[in-house]
Parts: sequence; structure tokens; C-alpha cells
Amino acid sequence: MLTYILRRAGLALSVILATLVTTFVVFFAGPSDPAQSLCPENRCNAERLQAIRVNLGLDRPLTVQFVEYFKGLFVGRDFEFAGETTHCGAPCLGFSYHTGRSVNDELFTRFPNTVVLALMAAVIFTIVGITIGIFAAVKRGSATDRILIGGSQVFGAIPYYILALLFALYMVTFWRVLPQYSAFSEGAGVYFAGMIAPALILGLVTSTSYTRYTRNSMIETLSMDYVRTARSKGISERRVLVNHGLRAAMGPIVTILGLDIAALLTGTLITEKIFEVDGIGRRALQALFDDDLPVIMGTVLMAAVIVVIFNLIVDIGYSFIDPRVRLS
Amino acid sequence: MTASTQQFTTTSGEASQAGDVVLDVKDLSIAFPTEEGLVRAVSDLTYQARLGRTLAIVGESGSGKSVSSMAVLGLHNPKRTQITGSIKLDGNELVGASQATFQKLRSTTAAMVFQDPQSSLHPFHKVGRQIAEAYRTHHKVSKAVAHKRAVEMLDLVGIPTPARRALQYPHEFSGGMRQRAMIALGLVNDPKLLIADEPTTALDVTVQAQILDLVNDMQKEFGSAVILITHDLAVVAETADDILVMYAGRGVEKGDAKEVLARPSHPYTYGLLQSIPSATDDGTGDLKAIRGAPPSLLNLPTGCSFHPRCDFQPLVGAACIETLPEWRPTPGLTNRQLRCHLEDPVATLQNDEGAK
Ligand SMILES: Nc1ncnc2c1ncn2[C@@H]1O[C@H](COP(=O)(O)OP(=O)(O)OP(=O)(O)O)[C@@H](O)[C@H]1O
Ligand code: SF4
Ligand SMILES: [Mg+2]
Repeated sequence: MLTYILRRAGLALSVILATLVTTFVVFFAGPSDPAQSLCPENRCNAERLQAIRVNLGLDRPLTVQFVEYFKGLFVGRDFEFAGETTHCGAPCLGFSYHTGRSVNDELFTRFPNTVVLALMAAVIFTIVGITIGIFAAVKRGSATDRILIGGSQVFGAIPYYILALLFALYMVTFWRVLPQYSAFSEGAGVYFAGMIAPALILGLVTSTSYTRYTRNSMIETLSMDYVRTARSKGISERRVLVNHGLRAAMGPIVTILGLDIAALLTGTLITEKIFEVDGIGRRALQALFDDDLPVIMGTVLMAAVIVVIFNLIVDIGYSFIDPRVRLS
Repeated sequence: MTASTQQFTTTSGEASQAGDVVLDVKDLSIAFPTEEGLVRAVSDLTYQARLGRTLAIVGESGSGKSVSSMAVLGLHNPKRTQITGSIKLDGNELVGASQATFQKLRSTTAAMVFQDPQSSLHPFHKVGRQIAEAYRTHHKVSKAVAHKRAVEMLDLVGIPTPARRALQYPHEFSGGMRQRAMIALGLVNDPKLLIADEPTTALDVTVQAQILDLVNDMQKEFGSAVILITHDLAVVAETADDILVMYAGRGVEKGDAKEVLARPSHPYTYGLLQSIPSATDDGTGDLKAIRGAPPSLLNLPTGCSFHPRCDFQPLVGAACIETLPEWRPTPGLTNRQLRCHLEDPVATLQNDEGAK
């Protein structure tokens, strides 16, 4: 078990490293020019642009830049702005070209908002999705089943941004059924109330895929011999479904659940943008518009770490669900 | 004893002593509506199982052995199954019975050991817990007491270090151990009827014998009725008191197990016996498989379902193709019933045997 975890951790580290190198190459060696986006050509002449590049350190060879960046992650580094030296402690993700704030600040102050949104949505989609899925599986082939599954397919087939936009427009802007997002500093009550709308639409739309996973997984396990054995013991049908059927059906669902939560934690670009939730997804989107390389790098790295950690959690968690994995 | 004593039925209430009928199946038909049509898995099946006796149900694969037995526990989805006729389990009519009725009778009055021990235990639950759950469902006891009972049962079915084993998962058990655990599960509530559905097919030969011995021992210990489903006639010879031979969802011959094997009176039973090596064989006798294949249950042959494969049909003629033979006592034998138009089946089959 320990060697298994160690091996997995090693693997996780190498995935993060690979992501680091790839994103660095893609963004720093790519066609983007942060100097231009800071100061468009019609306002700055060539020398001015070059000066900005030197200032940002973009004139140096890519390898040097990479080594600096890499070093910063582990031991921190010093930046010079207009003759002043600023220390950036490990893990140093640098400073935003646009706001001048440290990337760590930019991301970590926003991360809690993303986490709250992701977890509220996750609660909604697991409860709604799994419940409807079980129901459809038990009633499979019936009209109820067809309505539930057909409905979830239609709902799931509409592009998410359209649903989210309509939802925001009607529920929040026009009818004011649900309140607008406001920052935590304005009070916990209004903050969480403001999260309901984005969490609800995100959760409901995501639940459609859980309905289908759960239904399929349940139908498969309900046809298993051990479910028949369970029934033959004289236990209640509810117990057969939950303690025996669902227990076995949960394996694949938990795997997907872990990865989905990880994906939500890396920022829900569309949801955060539409509902103006000040999370890391929205910040990443802004950074992309701005060619704000350090912030882009920061969000990508953070996402990689989250995904890798959740993969690990899922694998270890799975071994607790399935005893056959645990021992081998 | 005459054939009519076999038909004797307890009229009401509880079977309590050896020989009492615990399961009385009459004209049972089970069909599954499917996209291709109606699958008639069981047709007009009639048999009884008695306390203290082992009834073997034999027949080729697909003859409806499992389907008919599962109906006793109500394990078919009522929405997808058409069941007619009567199943009386210890006085309770089960055809059309509610789920609540079945829940009460499962495990306490009738229990089943399923065909495949590999897949019949829940892979995520400890073996002891699976047995304890069955006990607790029908007895108001604490978890600890139920667990103790589970350990006792594991001990009873010959699992060494049962206390440790109870805390293990099925994948830590060998195939034979799992089947022992299934038998422990089947017997935990001391049922009057234990149905063992091919309990040994998935196991290797030495383990097979042990499991059969166990089933026999358990029957003596608990005094229950046992239905042993198998296609292994050697198993029947060793373990069963009575036998029911099934073909394409119908019973075709029934009687005393050893007598039927020694002197079959139905061409199908005869064919089955011809197709296995017998203990008395010197190895030179030809084994002869029954020609052809079992019929499609979607479209059963008219008359006697066996007629397309029967070597003796020409002796009878059109009747086999046109009329379904009814149960009747075999001429010349006591305590034997069959469904066949042959005038003197015993003599006919003996002549055939002699001609070889
Ligand atoms: N739910 C179902 N829907 C449709 N057909 C079914 C269903 N269950 C069983 N059958 C069919 O009924 C027939 C009888 O099956 P059954 O399992 O009783 O055979 P069996 O005698 O136990 O055979 P085996 O020795 O292989 O176990 C088979 O042809 C099977 O395909
Ligand atoms: S009834 Fe006819 S076809 Fe059927 S078993 Fe007897 S002889 Fe053969
Ligand atoms: Mg079977």
C-alpha cells in the first residue's frame, strides 16, 4: 500500500512537471507578445516595446527564463521593478503583468470563491443525478424511465452557456428570484445566497450526466448474481437497491465524481463569467485576454496540481470502496 | 407404494415431519415476453418436494431448471414474467403473491444456493456480514449475535478458522469455500427447503464431492427438503431420493432416483443415460449423444416437444407430433410417472438396449 502511494505520488509529480514544461513552452515561446498587449503599437514605438520586454525579462533566452521560473517555484526569486527589488517567496508564480500583484495573491484570494461554487454544485449534482439515476434504473423500460432519461438528454444537449445565460438573465436579472453574486466581505449571508444561482444551474446541468452514469451502472449491478442472492435473503427491496445494488454501482461513479470536482475546482470559466463570481476561472479568462503570462501559467499549474491530487484521492478512495483493489 | 401416493398433498398449513410435502408445484408455466416473442421457459410443470428428501431435477441446459426454481423464491421480475399455475410453499400460494409474502418466506422457508459461487456473493461485503444480514432480517437480534451465528454457520459447513474467515471478503475464498459459504447462507435461517442450483458445476472434481457430501450432511442435520438441480447423472445416483427429468420446460419423467437411473422409461431419460459413461461400463460401449439440439423455447414443437429428436417416435406415429402426452404411471413399474405415448416404454427401451 505504501509503495503504491509512493509510486502514485511520483507519477503525480512527473505529470505536474510535464504540464509545467508544456505550458511554459506554449505560452512563452508562442506568438503572444505581452508587451504589445500592455502597450499597443499605435501608442508605443519599437524601442518602448523592447524596453518593456527587457523589463519583463522576455528578451532573455527561453531556457534562462524557464530556469528562473522553475527556481522561483521552489526557492523563490527576486524581481526588479524600476530599480526596486521585490522578493517573491516560494512557490513563486511571479507577478501579473497587468495588475502588478503577485500571482499567488491573484489566485489564492479568488480560490475560495471557486471552491464554494464547485462544492455547492457538486452537492446538487450528486444528490439530484444519483437519485434520478437510481429511480430510472429501478423503473427501467417504463414511461417514467424514458421521461427522466429523455429529459436529462435534452437538458444535457443544450449548450451549457446558453442555459446558464438564460438562467442568469431570467432568474437573477429580470425576475430577481435569486440574488446577484456579492463578495464575502459584504457578509456571509448575501455571499452564499449569491452563489445559489450559479451553483444551481451548474449542478443541475452536470447532474444530467450523473443520471445517466448512475442509471447504467445500477442496471448493470442489478443484473448481477449477488443482487439476486441479496433478494433471496428476504431483505427489503430498498435494502437490496441501496446496500447491495448502489454499493456496487458507486465504484465507477465515484471515479468520475472525483475528476469532475477537480475540473470544477480548476475554475468554471463560463459560470464564473456569466454570474460574475470572482473565482479563478474568471481570472484566468481575463489573463488570456491580457496575454498575462504569469497569471496564465499560475492557473494552469494550479489546475494541474488539483487534477493530480484528485486523481490520487480517487484512486485511494476507490481502494476503500472495492476490497479487491485494496489488497492486491 | 403406488403412483397415487406420490401425488399426496398436505392440504394446509405446515409441513413438519419427514415425508411431508413442503413444496407443491402444479401446472406451473413461466414465460418471458421478449422482442423476438414469448419465451416459454417452463410449461405445465408439476412436482413436489418433501421434508427429509432430496429431489434431483435434471435436464439439458435451458430446460427450465433454474427458471422454475427461482419462481419458488419469487426472483423473477413480475413485470417481465408471466407465471401461471400454482406453487404452494409450506401451505402458502406463491403464484401472484406479494413481495411482502416472498420477503417473509425467503431464507426462512425456502433458500437457494445459486449456480455460480464466484458471482453470487457480494464482492464488497465481508462474508460473515452477508450471512449475518440474512439472519438479522428474520430475527430480532443484535449485530453481535447475528455475527456469532454467521461464524457458527461457517464452522458448521466446514470452513476452518471461521471467526477469521467471517471477516474476509469473498475474493479471499477459494471456489469451494465460497460455495460452502453460500450453503451456510442458505441454511442460516433453518429453511424447510433448500434449492441447490448446480452447486458443483463451477468447482473442480474433488471439491464437487465435498460439496455434495456437505449438502447431504446438512440435510440430515436440518431435516429439510433439498432440491438438487444438476445435469450430472452421477451426482443424482449418489445423492438424490427422487428425480424429475425436464425437457424444454416440461417434466417428462419422475420417480425414485435410483430406479429411474437403473431403468429409465422415457426416451429422453434413456438418451441422457446413453450419453454418459456409466460405472459398469467396460469402456467399450459407445457413448451416444442425443441427436439434434433442444428446441427453441420461442416456438416449441407440437405434441411431444421431444419428437424431433426421438428415435422411438416412428413406433408411435402421428400421436407424438399431434398430441401432448399427459402424465401417466409407467406401465409395469410402480412409483413412476412419465409423459410419453409409447405403449410399453420399459420394454421398448430395454429391447433397444439389448440390440446394441
Ligand atoms: N429473463 C429471461 N428472459 C428471457 N428468457 C429467459 C429469461 N430467463 C431465462 N430465460 C430462458 O429460459 C430458458 C431456461 O433457462 P434456465 O436457466 O431455467 O435453464 P437451466 O435448465 O437452468 O439451464 P442450465 O443447466 O444451463 O442452468 C433458457 O433458454 C433461458 O435463455
Ligand atoms: S411421446 Fe413420442 S416423441 Fe415423445 S418421447 Fe414418447 S415416443 Fe418419443
Ligand atoms: Mg440453470
